[in-house]
Amino acid sequence: MIEVDTLTKQFGAKRAVNQLSFTVKKGEVLGFLGPNGAGKSTTMRMITGFIPPTSGDAKVCGISITDEPAKAKTKIGYLPESAPLYNDMTVIGFLKFCAEIRGLKGTERNDAVERAIDTCFLSSVARQSIDTLSKGYRHRTCLAQALLHDPEVLILDEPTDGLDPNQKYEVRQLIKRLGKTKAILFSTHILEEVEASCTRAVIVDRGSIVADGTPAELLEQSGTGSLTDLFRKVTSRDTEAAA
Amino acid sequence: MSSCTIYKRELASYFSQPTAYAIIVIFLLFSLGLTFTFGEFMRVGDSSLQWTFLFWHPWVYMLLAPAVGMKLWADEQRTGTIELLGTFPVSTWSAIVGKFLAAATVWLIALTMTFPIVATVNYLGNPDNGAIFAGYLGSFLVCATFLAITMLVSACTRDQVVCLIVSVSICVLILLCGYDPVTRELAKLVSPGVLEGIVSFGVWDHFRSLSSGSFRLKDFVWFGSIIFVCLLGTSAILSAKRA
Repeated sequence: MIEVDTLTKQFGAKRAVNQLSFTVKKGEVLGFLGPNGAGKSTTMRMITGFIPPTSGDAKVCGISITDEPAKAKTKIGYLPESAPLYNDMTVIGFLKFCAEIRGLKGTERNDAVERAIDTCFLSSVARQSIDTLSKGYRHRTCLAQALLHDPEVLILDEPTDGLDPNQKYEVRQLIKRLGKTKAILFSTHILEEVEASCTRAVIVDRGSIVADGTPAELLEQSGTGSLTDLFRKVTSRDTEAAA
Repeated sequence: MSSCTIYKRELASYFSQPTAYAIIVIFLLFSLGLTFTFGEFMRVGDSSLQWTFLFWHPWVYMLLAPAVGMKLWADEQRTGTIELLGTFPVSTWSAIVGKFLAAATVWLIALTMTFPIVATVNYLGNPDNGAIFAGYLGSFLVCATFLAITMLVSACTRDQVVCLIVSVSICVLILLCGYDPVTRELAKLVSPGVLEGIVSFGVWDHFRSLSSGSFRLKDFVWFGSIIFVCLLGTSAILSAKRA
């Protein structure tokens, strides 16, 4: 469903993503781990077609994002890192706008919006203006936007960032549930999340993959049975870089 | 289709916030205020509206058109919603067109609200309504040109204040090129050929011919090409920023 093939992104002298390749199949939830600045968001932005890769390609459901961006984008639901929203709209107004821009009309549109509101538990704030929402609700509104068109591929950039423990649990359950029928790629800093909801995880560091496997395999690889130990072992630290 | 969805959202956003109302009220106050004071509408007794009313429009647009257009891309970039827009299956061009038309519609509404002055000259005198229509068209085109310039600047920055200051400065420059007192001074300094070039770059030569009721192809080409080049530039800047 997602095929990333030697994807590279160069920003000036800095190579943010270096010949990254991996695939995510239907029914798979891939956890995308790595320290800050490892190239996780950049990779996701390239797969979603927001920024063009310097070289390499990503295919979504077999459609190249560089050759047929408009067609590939219809297959993807994307939650950007900061969960950006139009603050002057209401939750329902925003979701209707997103559904319409994805080509849904009339009752089809209204049904999709209703379904997304139910899935993301937004009914209590549906008619509220977005600028009055708390961070948790903002995040879930943006997640709802990604689910509207029932995409085959979901790309979620830190979907549990800034949520309280209850909301984190709900989102993880949701990812797990959706993962049965879709291909999901999600990035996170929280290592427990990998065990809680991923079928597979990759760790990236300085734009390259440094570990890849199922949570059980990664735990074995760590030697100590702790993902944190593995993470610390395979990734470079800011303090090292400074030294 | 997607242009239309973006157009509707942008237009609703102008009217769900005080922006459009403030702009329309201030435009009416200034344009009609200047007509009855410095324009000496009652004393001159000219029913063509060219010098008493329409003459003031470019001066008012110079300040107010950038105020309408400054948020178009600057705000998308500041809040990060550009990432949503960039991953929806819509082309940058259709977003540009949708946004531009929404801002232009706010001005079309503002201009339409000046209809009492047209009713008044028709009641008091016997004006050439075709010429008045041409004047209104010229006025709208000047405004659309300033909006397109603002949109181009807006794509360059995420700061609305910077966008406002830079756009107003460019509009002032275009307005002063070809303004009679300025051209008289310039005539003493530069050769007639250069002066002609400067005058034809300014807005007055084109606006004046339309507001006196004459349709010249070169005026439409001037307005059309500036608008088109600005929108094309906006598209180029937005693409370059992502690369």
